[in-house]
Amino acid sequence: MFKPEYQNIFTQVQVHGPADLGVETETGVWERGNQTWTSYWMGKIGDAQIGPLYLGSLGVASIMCGVTWFVMVGLNMLAQVGWDPIEFIRQLFWLSLDPPAPKYGLSFPPMAEGGWYLLSSSFLVVAVMLWWARVYTRAKAHGMGTHVAWAFASAIWLFLVLGLIRPVLMGSWSEAVPYGIFSHLDWTAAFSIRYGNLFYNPFHMLSIAFLYGSALLFAMHAGTILAVSRYGGEREIEQIVDRGTASERAALFWRWTMGFNATMESIHRWAWWFAVFTTLTGGIGILLSGTVVDNWYLWGVKHGNAPPYPDVFGGTVDPMSSGAAQ
Amino acid sequence: MKYILLVAIPYVFVLGLAAFSDVEVPPIDSEQVGFRGTGMVEVSNPRIEAKLAEANQPPDELGSVEPGGDLAKDIYENVQVLGDLTDDEFNHFMLGVTTWVAPEEGCGYCHNEENFASDEKYTKIVSRRMMQMTQTINKEYTDHVGAVGVNCYTCHRGNHVPEYVWTNEDYHPQADKGFAASRNGQNLAVDVNGHTSLPYNAMTQLLTSPDPQIRVAADRALPTRAGGQTIQLTESTYSLMINMSEGLGVSCNFCHNSRAFSDWSQSSDKRVKAFHGINMVQHLNAEYLDPLASALPENRLGPNGDAPKAMCKTCHQGINRPMYGWEALTDHPKALVAQ
Repeated sequence: MFKPEYQNIFTQVQVHGPADLGVETETGVWERGNQTWTSYWMGKIGDAQIGPLYLGSLGVASIMCGVTWFVMVGLNMLAQVGWDPIEFIRQLFWLSLDPPAPKYGLSFPPMAEGGWYLLSSSFLVVAVMLWWARVYTRAKAHGMGTHVAWAFASAIWLFLVLGLIRPVLMGSWSEAVPYGIFSHLDWTAAFSIRYGNLFYNPFHMLSIAFLYGSALLFAMHAGTILAVSRYGGEREIEQIVDRGTASERAALFWRWTMGFNATMESIHRWAWWFAVFTTLTGGIGILLSGTVVDNWYLWGVKHGNAPPYPDVFGGTVDPMSSGAAQ
Repeated sequence: MKYILLVAIPYVFVLGLAAFSDVEVPPIDSEQVGFRGTGMVEVSNPRIEAKLAEANQPPDELGSVEPGGDLAKDIYENVQVLGDLTDDEFNHFMLGVTTWVAPEEGCGYCHNEENFASDEKYTKIVSRRMMQMTQTINKEYTDHVGAVGVNCYTCHRGNHVPEYVWTNEDYHPQADKGFAASRNGQNLAVDVNGHTSLPYNAMTQLLTSPDPQIRVAADRALPTRAGGQTIQLTESTYSLMINMSEGLGVSCNFCHNSRAFSDWSQSSDKRVKAFHGINMVQHLNAEYLDPLASALPENRLGPNGDAPKAMCKTCHQGINRPMYGWEALTDHPKALVAQ
């Protein structure tokens, strides 16, 4: 009934050989480590070899800033439950470090009323930017393209729009997203309600299309390559120029099933751009909410992309329009 | 065998999780309440409905009395609210109040039984105010309570203090009030916010004064220089709406079309009733319930010294029409409506 060797979640082939230390590269002021070890369990989901590690100045600074943010958020949450570790665990999903109240605008509020939020946020922004710089310089040092750094930059764009650019344009830090599991989800729901339903925001539509599209492309590509791995299909880069039977079978399969096929090169360009556009368009959609459009549903009505439905309630009228006070 | 086990384990795990959560067992009934395709569907669980129905039975009828006779104000001393009832109507209503609010203790819960006219017991002061409140509701808020009206039992259900009331809570204490980030009146799972991390003090903000603004969505496509409502107020409104939804045992789309919550022309007519209900509760809390703090003993007050207040659930108790539209005025039409 089952054929686990083809349907396994885990990596089926683990190579345990002499450590691969990589090519010689410039390392800046820090020496690159040469310690490696192997892990059978990591080998189940990735390469069994761990290391050599290289953090460098950017990595160390980034981690220090990131840990500072994390500890600030965590200690404030712990204070909120009276330093009780059991309550901290029990309430963890509900706990939150919230941005300042609207009355503070863009000023720096007292620590207890949003000061910690702003201070910790500044560390988080620095941590993320430093990590981006590390991704960029490591790619350069290795003689690679900088595709990963620019894809990461697209995600950072959305992050900066949410926490920095849009709050500044709106004139209030209170517009930023709280740091908490449920609280950020509540923020998301409230944001959509406040701005008249984000589903009518065309950039939200694009972002969703690219997000779901990314998942679809990921599934199609991974499925295709696993399906032809018995013919050497995982040697994708060589097959860009020298197709071989794996690529040809996969290509014909897609021509049969959907009429055309990607190539070993184009599928990766598709995937990269879909991923990049997800957060790029998402960030634009957030940035326009409140600054340029105040109610996306009414904007959709105005521009004909929100269809009217027949009135089945016999004309419900706002009681306030006839003078009732609320 | 091994593979069957491998497949079975995740299923058993998920079902086990479901058993320990408040997931409802199917089948669930659903009823289309809006235009097709808009998702305006009311879902209900017949087994939970049956329990609710059992818990929301109206009290026994008390019958009515013959009209005529002397007025209460001419017979008894210190009758401030119900003086225009006849002697029979007055005593008949007192019987009702006792059955609804203090069935165990009887008259002595509010009265000094040596001297019924005395105001020495706080419960009598409170009862008097509550009668005035009930009369006001039945006269001025018919937009909400309709012709069926309300009486003491609508909220009290045989309890001294109605089961579902609220006060200003601090809930879990914070370690030090000075330096650490405040909890901000939210981020705690409690009944009043439907176990979300939305504000738990939304009712303090929105249900204690007659004129708070709960409309948060912009009423025009583009922003104006004046600016709109904040995300924080939106979350408070959201929390209030969840509280309302839990109190009435309905979902958002009982009133709203969720694609445009704020648009009245797509809302059901129930939303108009709800509008007047919010309006009513704001007034009742501000004018009748909150001011009772000075009359109540400490054990009846909340941790911050405020009086218990009303919300939707106080009357509705999980049903969109309290006790399924029980006609509360039938037995005591004069006593319950301001004349």
